[in-house]
Amino acid sequence: MASTLQADAVVDLAAPRPHGGWIAASVDFSRRRPLGAIGAVIVVIMIAVALTARLIAPYDPLAIDFGAMLAAPSATHWLGTDAFGRDVLSRIIYGSETALVVGFTAAFVGATAGAVLGVGSAYFGGKIDLVVQRIMDIFISFPLIILALAMVAILGNNLPNLITAITIPMIPRCALVIRSSALSVREMPYVDAARAAGFSHSRIILRHMLPNVMAPYLILLTAFLGQAILLEASLSFLGLGVQEPTPAWGLMLSGAAVEFAEKAPWMAIFPGIAISLAVFAFNLFGDSLRDALDPKLRSL
Amino acid sequence: MSNNLLKKLTVGIFATAVCALGTMTGSALAQGQPRSGGELVFPVPSEPPSYDGHKEETFGLIHPIAPHYNGLMRFDPTDPTGTKPAGDLAESWTVSKDGLVYTFKLHKGVKFHDGSEMTAKDVKASYDHIIFPPAGVFSTRKGQYEVVEAVDAVDPYTVRFRLKWATVSFLASIASPWNFIYKADILAKDPHWYETNIMGTGPFVFVEHVKGSHWVGKKNPNYWVKGKPYLDGYRALFIRSSSAQVAAVRGERAHIQFRGFTPADRDTLKAALGDKITVQESSWDCVLLVAPNQKKKPFDDKRVRRALSLALDRYEGSKALSKIAIVKEVAGVQVPGTPYATPPAELEKLAGYWKDSNASRAEARKLLKEAGVEKLTFTFTNRGVPMPYEPLAVWMIDQWRQIGATVKQEVVEAAAYYATLRKGEFDVAMDFQCGYTVEPDLDLYKFTSRSRNPSNYGFYEDKVLDDLYQKQSRATSVEERKNFVRQFEKRLLDEEAHYLMTLQWHRTIPHSSKLHGWQVTPSHYLNNQLDTVWLSQ
Amino acid sequence: MWQFILKRFLLMIPTLLGVAAVIFLLLRIIPGDVVEAKYMSGEGQGQSAVVIAAERAKLGLDKPVWHQFGIWVWGLLHLDLGVSMWTGSPITEEIELRFALSLQVALMATVFATLLALPLGVIAALKQDTWVDYAVRVFSIAGLAMPSFWLGILMILFFLILFQWVPPMVYTPFWVDPWQNMLQLIWPALAVGYRYSAVATRMTRSSMLEVLREDYIRTAYAKGLWLKLILVRHALKNAMLPVITVIGLEFAFLLGGLVVTEQVFNLNGLGLLFVQAIARRDYTLTQSLVLLVASAFIFVNFVMDVMYAWIDPRIRY
Repeated sequence: MASTLQADAVVDLAAPRPHGGWIAASVDFSRRRPLGAIGAVIVVIMIAVALTARLIAPYDPLAIDFGAMLAAPSATHWLGTDAFGRDVLSRIIYGSETALVVGFTAAFVGATAGAVLGVGSAYFGGKIDLVVQRIMDIFISFPLIILALAMVAILGNNLPNLITAITIPMIPRCALVIRSSALSVREMPYVDAARAAGFSHSRIILRHMLPNVMAPYLILLTAFLGQAILLEASLSFLGLGVQEPTPAWGLMLSGAAVEFAEKAPWMAIFPGIAISLAVFAFNLFGDSLRDALDPKLRSL
Repeated sequence: MSNNLLKKLTVGIFATAVCALGTMTGSALAQGQPRSGGELVFPVPSEPPSYDGHKEETFGLIHPIAPHYNGLMRFDPTDPTGTKPAGDLAESWTVSKDGLVYTFKLHKGVKFHDGSEMTAKDVKASYDHIIFPPAGVFSTRKGQYEVVEAVDAVDPYTVRFRLKWATVSFLASIASPWNFIYKADILAKDPHWYETNIMGTGPFVFVEHVKGSHWVGKKNPNYWVKGKPYLDGYRALFIRSSSAQVAAVRGERAHIQFRGFTPADRDTLKAALGDKITVQESSWDCVLLVAPNQKKKPFDDKRVRRALSLALDRYEGSKALSKIAIVKEVAGVQVPGTPYATPPAELEKLAGYWKDSNASRAEARKLLKEAGVEKLTFTFTNRGVPMPYEPLAVWMIDQWRQIGATVKQEVVEAAAYYATLRKGEFDVAMDFQCGYTVEPDLDLYKFTSRSRNPSNYGFYEDKVLDDLYQKQSRATSVEERKNFVRQFEKRLLDEEAHYLMTLQWHRTIPHSSKLHGWQVTPSHYLNNQLDTVWLSQ
Repeated sequence: MWQFILKRFLLMIPTLLGVAAVIFLLLRIIPGDVVEAKYMSGEGQGQSAVVIAAERAKLGLDKPVWHQFGIWVWGLLHLDLGVSMWTGSPITEEIELRFALSLQVALMATVFATLLALPLGVIAALKQDTWVDYAVRVFSIAGLAMPSFWLGILMILFFLILFQWVPPMVYTPFWVDPWQNMLQLIWPALAVGYRYSAVATRMTRSSMLEVLREDYIRTAYAKGLWLKLILVRHALKNAMLPVITVIGLEFAFLLGGLVVTEQVFNLNGLGLLFVQAIARRDYTLTQSLVLLVASAFIFVNFVMDVMYAWIDPRIRY
């Protein structure tokens, strides 16, 4: 017993630890990296808007008003109306819900699944590693859009399937990055020491490898968030996933927006700004996060 | 003044006035004499899958390929309703007293582009290819010619069609723009040859087809109509996006787009080019329909179907949607303005066409309550083609919301769409119908019982409707026929609400003012031979 | 070294086969096939089942899946891509024009991105945490954030409203009319290139930062100003490797991934062909396209791997 505890202590001492105190870390982060802080603030505001959409939106996003079709921005409609007289501002506010749901779900599931695969592949090595690597290689070589199109064609054209279609291409990308990170940890002496001491696979993975891939994981997560929102916008622009009359930023940019681009440019400009702002914020935050956690890390 | 002089003066003034009017309208249509020369350029939104008119159904084939061919008959290219059959290769024709035998006399001296002469055996071979295709050959319109018993080449310049029963619509059927006359020798050797090759008698000879880019045709110097065609040639550009097509016309890189632009595009072009743009408009022989699936509850209950139709305020919808989409007219089963269309005053009596929208909605809610589905919830299946499927769906979902129904939209991509419908895996779906000419036999067939006709996606049986269809098809006088068509319409739209009409499409063709000799019709499959078209300087 | 190259080369084959198999199966899982898309997507005026079956047999769709796969792979080994199921013409014909266009846009975007990214990334790294750094980072993240199709829409709007001008609609190859060609393709190249440069800029910056932290650089820094220039060049050389990797990979992505941009600029490119082919369930065409793009990607990967191994012998495991 005592020997295991001792071995434990030795192994733990040698293993790198995450910094303590999240609040202190956040404050430090904001002071030293103002860009990242700005990004974080924008993200928080966006989340708040999405959660309180029903309270703050001035109009019902589905309410058609034939009397005010294609109206320019004014006191009654701050960002103007679209081809059906629906308020653009309200549709953007409600659209943030879709964007964030898709973004968070796809990014979280994709990054986590990728991380699990990457760590597992790195840890077990050998044949498993080879097979998993080849499979990941295959899926990475597929153009993103094609995979998404095929998924939607097979599964059907609705939001959950769209999220699946966005998540799947993200998994191999995450797996490969996490794998190379995990590989470097795997080679470290304390892992071998732990194995020698008889620790189970899951314990070593959870306690020693996972914390050290935390950094690239978080960075990939924020990168994926932005990518997922962009991908959702591209796909709904192409007509996949979210359907009318549900408000979604990419959907708002297609069809009537391009058609009436000259007469009513606000239809195309504002949803585009919303998308750009969201992705911008996530990337800004993720960028600074990466700088903070480990400047040596490369991103995809 | 003497009576005589007064009379002469009145006649003289009248005559001058008529002449002036004539010249004014005349010049609106044709700036003086047609001028030879010039290349017509036009964008086409989609590319033909194959070159065979007997096989394909898309305008993507007609627009670039029709100028290479002639048919036996065609529709008079100067008639704005596109319903008057006129001769093409047929110089004249006679109908037997019992209406069962049609005899056509062909023009002499018509040559194929390779120099060989066109005779009756070519017409027979082409029609056999359409009506009695050999094994393994795909003829899309076979079902349309069930009435034909046989086609005979009586002598080199006479063709005879023998029918199984008399029908008033046969000439319109023969005038179909898809019935290209092919060379008999080629068809005999290889009935699939025309899928990837061009050999016709038409006003233009094939030059080249660069996939994804363009199609070029040039003037046939030996065309059998002397003096025609006027154009030196034409160039069809395959441009998918509608904004790019508009840009092409706007930048004066193209003269016309033969399918149709939206009202917004027309306004943009007019604002940008002013007098350099002439706009021709017409009702379109295309309409989107709503098909409630009667295999699924509660859509087997006609009260629910009527409610869905009553909820749609078509008049308000028409006013608003005509500004942003290619739909406009409120119509029944026939394009407004054509011989068998129901006049507006009578149309108003049918369910869904009442002028009082409040009463209409109240009735709809009442019917839903009676049927026990006050809070009706369903999925509306729509086709993945943006215009006008999307704006119509948005409008209808909103109208149904106002009678308490919650509707979600599911969009299925175009390639898989009819497969989905055929399987019957939907609640309520969007269906469509586009014709090449307005003719009740062609337009009403779709609504007959499912057991008779596979394009019935309401999946219903209705013997009364079938009976009325038969009666109108065999009617002997126009009045009698009108009566049966009205009864058919009433049963279809009002009593049973098997199918719901949305709004008739509206064809807007803004084109370069340099283009003359082309008349818009309700069909985007007509008037594409380009033999009457000419360009001014 | 040669062993490494050979091993890597051989590894490409199972990956390619894997891609081929996946796309083959994926397509056949999607409901509907080309015969349905062609003949039954209209109202299907009761075409007899016999004729439909005949059409299917003509295209080889009635054979069991593994048989079809075998036929296709056999054709591939003879470098015969087959014919398109939709038009019946050889696939090489279908792809030619679109490939030339997509390739040109991809190349132009790459040139633009590189010209923009390298100087910006280096400057940002040298002046880390100053306002110059912030400006560059904001500029490049903006490029990542803006959907390139939105950028395209804005560009076209800009030209329309301010200059009443639209880019040419029809593709003219460069050797036929370079001016027209450029007029049409420069805009999508810029829209795509901006986004592309963002990725490259960030990679340049972080890679430079890492190299600048190396011991030998820091010692040299301490030694004096005039050495800085030499060091920057030296550091740059070492920092370039990951940057080149990123540029190469992004280029491979560009070939088939520009679907939305092509739609906005109405370019007759591979992306649009992809979407059309899938919509029409044109199996042979889609398969060939996927293989083309995947091969480009896998090949670029291979080249990168070899370059890395050549420069850093430790990697050759």
